[in-house]
Amino acid sequence: MTPSGTPPEAARSPTQAGPATTPSPRLRLSSGAASYPVSQASDRPWRPAADVVFCAEEVGVSYGAKRAVRNITLDIHRNEATAFIGPSGCGKTTVLRCLNRMNDSIPGFGLYGSLRYHGHDLYAPGVNRVEVRRRIGMVFQKPNPFPKSIFDNVAWAPRNLGMKADLDERVERALRAAALWDEVKDRLKASALGLSGGQQQRLCIARAIAIEPDVLLLDEPASALDPIATASIEELVHDLKTRYTIVIVTHNMQQAMRVADRTAFFSLDRDQIGTLIEYDRTERIFSQPADQRTRDYITGRFG
Amino acid sequence: MSGWWWPLRGYSARVDPASSAAALAGRTRLTRLNRVDRVASRALRWLALLGALIVSLGLLAIVYQVITGASLALHRFGPGFVGRQQWSPATNQFGALTLLYGTLVTSVFGVAIAAVLGVAIGLFLSLMAPRRVAAVVGPLVEMLAAIPSVVLGLVGIYLIAPFALHNIEAPLHRAFGFIPLFGPPGTVGNSDFTASLVLVIMVVPIIAALTRDIFLTVPRELRDGAEALGATRWEMIRGVVLSTTPSGVVVACILGFGRAIGEAIAVTQVIGNITQVSANLFARGDTLASLIANQFLTPVSALHTASMFYLGMVLFTLELSTILLARYVSRNFGRRQWA
Repeated sequence: MTPSGTPPEAARSPTQAGPATTPSPRLRLSSGAASYPVSQASDRPWRPAADVVFCAEEVGVSYGAKRAVRNITLDIHRNEATAFIGPSGCGKTTVLRCLNRMNDSIPGFGLYGSLRYHGHDLYAPGVNRVEVRRRIGMVFQKPNPFPKSIFDNVAWAPRNLGMKADLDERVERALRAAALWDEVKDRLKASALGLSGGQQQRLCIARAIAIEPDVLLLDEPASALDPIATASIEELVHDLKTRYTIVIVTHNMQQAMRVADRTAFFSLDRDQIGTLIEYDRTERIFSQPADQRTRDYITGRFG
Repeated sequence: MSGWWWPLRGYSARVDPASSAAALAGRTRLTRLNRVDRVASRALRWLALLGALIVSLGLLAIVYQVITGASLALHRFGPGFVGRQQWSPATNQFGALTLLYGTLVTSVFGVAIAAVLGVAIGLFLSLMAPRRVAAVVGPLVEMLAAIPSVVLGLVGIYLIAPFALHNIEAPLHRAFGFIPLFGPPGTVGNSDFTASLVLVIMVVPIIAALTRDIFLTVPRELRDGAEALGATRWEMIRGVVLSTTPSGVVVACILGFGRAIGEAIAVTQVIGNITQVSANLFARGDTLASLIANQFLTPVSALHTASMFYLGMVLFTLELSTILLARYVSRNFGRRQWA
């Protein structure tokens, strides 16, 4: 599914992650919520690969003095679905939320390493989070429609951004893309809270794509849904990745197998800090993983 | 083993069902516990009932007292008292209109300013301030409510009144004197406007604390959802926070209004105590509560005293309707709109 010209380093898999590496000299911890450790440009030259959307190098996260995640090095490719799998508490969601700076409001949050989005350092001073989130949309674990009408839920963000021309068409387009249009077209003025859980989640996806982001981050989008709703969300991910780059966190390995082109397996390292164990094409991760820990996890022999 | 927790022993005693003796022992223990339990529960019920009775009877007694106190004026003026403008102890002519007007003007104006400030503070404390800043500023705002009103009145006389006179009233009159609201200011700054400012200080902590708590009930997921859509902080606050809590904000303002109309001492210190209806905010005036505080110790006639009781009735009714309105709003519009 990827262009055949993918440079080999784009798919590198940091299988050696785990041993407690010495903290990089770039590491800086911040205490205040407003100031971030500024990630310096890497010493390695930035090799722009046309299809790499996110490039994380040695990314780590700390909350106050507590390290949550470290040694995350991976590239996320355009128009692919990338799944983050792994046991609870290993930092999948933390890393996902770093990608659109949703962790910023958490007190003590600090990020080190380098996290680039199309070559731009996401955490450089002066980067506008609002702009980041406008391009990198997010759908949360629990459906969180606004207590407004279905139409207003989808139209809210476009209105904020001044996309007021053809708002009706835009809303319809987004709802169609989220495979919700046929179910709600007759009750657009009804409250979004009257929808079922699966419909609410698809509404949240519609809401996110209404502003035509570049990337969609999905944080366990189906974990609160029944199997039928889950299937419709998975189908949706399949359709959406032709237009958007998708990163999906999931607890469900079958789900990762079904929807993802690449899969990153996260786990705790020997110091109980979340880290990336293995990252590769999904079929490789599930058929011949390089790391013993990945093998144990996918065969259910974890822990 | 009979510590302070002995009443609980019945629950923790292990009863071996195989041994009937042990089962019997367990049962006797439970019986003793039940007795203690029953007595305590009955005592608690009586205590609660007593408390409720005292409050209700107290309220009724106060209502009765106020009505008897006002009976003379009730007979003399009837319900028309509320619409009578004159308040003149010298000629035994009394009416509530001037004071009702003064009360409403100062309170509405004060609450209008306090609502803006209070909601802003509530937003700051709940959503914007770093946790440590909120932990310092929050209690400070609440302490504002702990200032005795008489002290606030003194501050009003010596600080707020001259400041308002020279820096707000006079410039506003010069610039917008053609609007009746901004008429010529007095000489020392005692005015409806100054009273409003003092009321602002009293009402701001109420509105700030209430709205802060209301804003904190907006689920984090909604705020995150808004921010994940590229909303600025203001768009998030307008679209997700304020739009889901309008009834709460209104209730906070109504309760602040209730505080404002009842305030006597601080208002009487700065309002100038003159019973006249004037559109001019900068003129001296008087309010229901302020007049009672000011004149009650020096009545010139029995009718004067009775009329002040009558004013008290008016104030009481006003206050009661405010609270009922707040309850009505919060009950009918305050449903949690997020499931």
